[in-house]
Amino acid sequence: MNKLNGIHLAHNKGTKKCETVDFPLPKSVIIPMSQHMGAPCDSLVKKGDEVTVGQKIGDSGAFMSAPIHSSVSGKVTDVTDYLLPNGSVCKAVVIETDGNQTVCPDLRAPIINDRQSLIAAVRDCGLTGLGGAGFPTHVKLNYDPAKTPVDTLVINAAECEPYITSDYREIMENPNDIIEGILLVQKYMGIPMCKVCIENNKPDAIELMQKKTAEIGSIDIVTLPSEYPQGAEKVIVYSAMGRIVAEGELPSHQGVMVMNVSTVSHIYRYSQDGIPLVKRRITFDGDAVTENKGNYFVPIGTRVSELLAHGKAEDAKKILYGGPMMGMCLYDTEQPITKTTNAILAFRKGELPQTTACIRCGRCVRTCPFGLMPLMIEKAYNAKDVEELKKLKVMLCMNCGCCSYACPAHRPLAEINQLAKSLIPRK
Amino acid sequence: MNGLFVSPSPHRATSMSTARIMLLVIIALLPSAVAGCVFFGPSAAAVFAVCVISCVVFEALSRKIMKREQTVSDLSAVVTGLLLGMNLPATTPLYIAVIGSFIAIVIVKQLFGGIGQNFANPAIAARVVLMLSFADSMTTWVVPYWYTDVVDVTTGATPLTASWLNYSEGGAEYKMAPFTLGEMLWGETGGCIGETCAIALIAGGIFLIITKIISAATPVAFIGSFALLTFIYTGSAVETVYGILAGGLLIGAFFMATDYATTPVTTKGKIIFGIGCGLMTFIIRNFGSFPEGVSFAILLMNLLTPYIDKLTLTKPFGAKMPEKPAKSEGKE
Repeated sequence: MNKLNGIHLAHNKGTKKCETVDFPLPKSVIIPMSQHMGAPCDSLVKKGDEVTVGQKIGDSGAFMSAPIHSSVSGKVTDVTDYLLPNGSVCKAVVIETDGNQTVCPDLRAPIINDRQSLIAAVRDCGLTGLGGAGFPTHVKLNYDPAKTPVDTLVINAAECEPYITSDYREIMENPNDIIEGILLVQKYMGIPMCKVCIENNKPDAIELMQKKTAEIGSIDIVTLPSEYPQGAEKVIVYSAMGRIVAEGELPSHQGVMVMNVSTVSHIYRYSQDGIPLVKRRITFDGDAVTENKGNYFVPIGTRVSELLAHGKAEDAKKILYGGPMMGMCLYDTEQPITKTTNAILAFRKGELPQTTACIRCGRCVRTCPFGLMPLMIEKAYNAKDVEELKKLKVMLCMNCGCCSYACPAHRPLAEINQLAKSLIPRK
Repeated sequence: MNGLFVSPSPHRATSMSTARIMLLVIIALLPSAVAGCVFFGPSAAAVFAVCVISCVVFEALSRKIMKREQTVSDLSAVVTGLLLGMNLPATTPLYIAVIGSFIAIVIVKQLFGGIGQNFANPAIAARVVLMLSFADSMTTWVVPYWYTDVVDVTTGATPLTASWLNYSEGGAEYKMAPFTLGEMLWGETGGCIGETCAIALIAGGIFLIITKIISAATPVAFIGSFALLTFIYTGSAVETVYGILAGGLLIGAFFMATDYATTPVTTKGKIIFGIGCGLMTFIIRNFGSFPEGVSFAILLMNLLTPYIDKLTLTKPFGAKMPEKPAKSEGKE
């Protein structure tokens, strides 16, 4: 068994029995033109335009981007500046819904008959990784098979973050879409093998997928131990296959492509109905949510305040996009659900324990999946010693947060790693 | 809605804290401390009380004078006090205990920046300073239960100062240990207050390993290398086991050589540190002018810790290490 270091967390998957339901249509949505890594889109609509569900409202000529579609039918009331959680500003389209959810008449199921048409269809779909990081999926598919041939598609269904059950619900509700999506990608990308990786805290999902794929030789179901951060890309590639995605490499350099389970099933659905990524499943949970916890299909652009009202989460002090280990804090409840939001978690308590002096216990080193030495990195960061930071390989840090979590002095080590990265000049 | 709390991830933290680690160490030390009080009586308890109280007071005062945030509640001063007390003879004059606490907390720990910053283990450094400054008081050993009426002789030898009995039987030469295995395990021998009861020390050490406060690497490397060297040197299993149980080896290996701040961070580093301690202890005990070498061994290895740390950096997952620069000669 290939195993990297990590931590054991309380799973808190209280919503795993909650079947996904459609979230009530909001009166208005706000759709940012930058929802993930890559270039922001330019707005294709202006104030006063009528839009329909699935209509393209944002696009960019840049390779590293994905088009954005309207999630509702209605009228554009504003194209405004929007402050992203990472501090930069982009445009956002505000649409007042008309309640009819008229589907865009131009939408057609795409014709997919080779590699290029699959990649084009995935781009038209506006699809980005639905697991949280949000890498544009067509960019991921667009590797050069001559230089980096891929022999295995790894489907990431680890869902190692506490609370989140949206990928689990995808498996339980749409197992056939997942399998069809895998077969579609395998066929047109020419990838002979597929490994669907699920943590062992989801035995019914494992059993269901095993049953459904029993007759399919090219799909393996791999059971992984429940240990955070099992679902991190490099970690899952190592755990499932023993291959090491080295510094500066992409998984395709090791013959692997990793795709989130909800992403792959979305590719299949798009190939059938031609409806782009305009809504997604999110888990809504946290101790500040007093009712209606569960999994919802939410139109992209729905303000989080609508969810909080639905869950009567009045005394939420900390609201997260995503899970408690890597999720990002909302600064305002008027911020919307985006393509990369897999959960909204609302908690009553925001503060973390008081920070004290480093006692050199080494827990940060022992829990780091990549064997980094956060305590040394902190020292080098404080000394602004760029050479030492390079030697300590801080650029490898994926910000999983194990070091900060495990630190008995509660030092913000993961945060310091990110700050330290910014000291190292990019090549 | 206003007043949202915004912070970088992660948003969860372990329930472990510095104070809790120290509390677990105190719990692990208690059995041997209690055993010391039983064997060596009220004066041992007085030494403990003076060490702990003066360590805590010195810590609080130093922080106050230096205008730094108060750190008494992390309990590290209590651990230092307990360890110092355990490393003193029961009859140590109490003013010497206070001086030792001052050296440990003020000079070794706080002047270097407080918890986590000290270059040497405070209790060990203090013990070594006291040993060199007050040689008489620091090497007067009382026998167990000397405070009760039943004992006639009050002072005696420690397992390391007592001589082995030579006798011959049927033409063969034998050596007999001055204490039986039972006495050594139970700790009814002369010595520092907290170092004699081997069973309690081993139990405390195992407790710390199970609760993952310390790594087994250091004590295993320390005791193992010492045992191996002793066995090779003496050729006697009896002398090897005796050597492990005698003196400060167990308390040193489990409680002093595992101090976070003054020992290496990685497992590889801990093994090197442990082997270094075992080697130094063996050399000092057998060839040095002192009967006991554990304190000196650990102190010396403490000083080497920054270098061991530098030599034992981890190799990160998938890291591409820079190629060693090719020799310039002959290339052009």
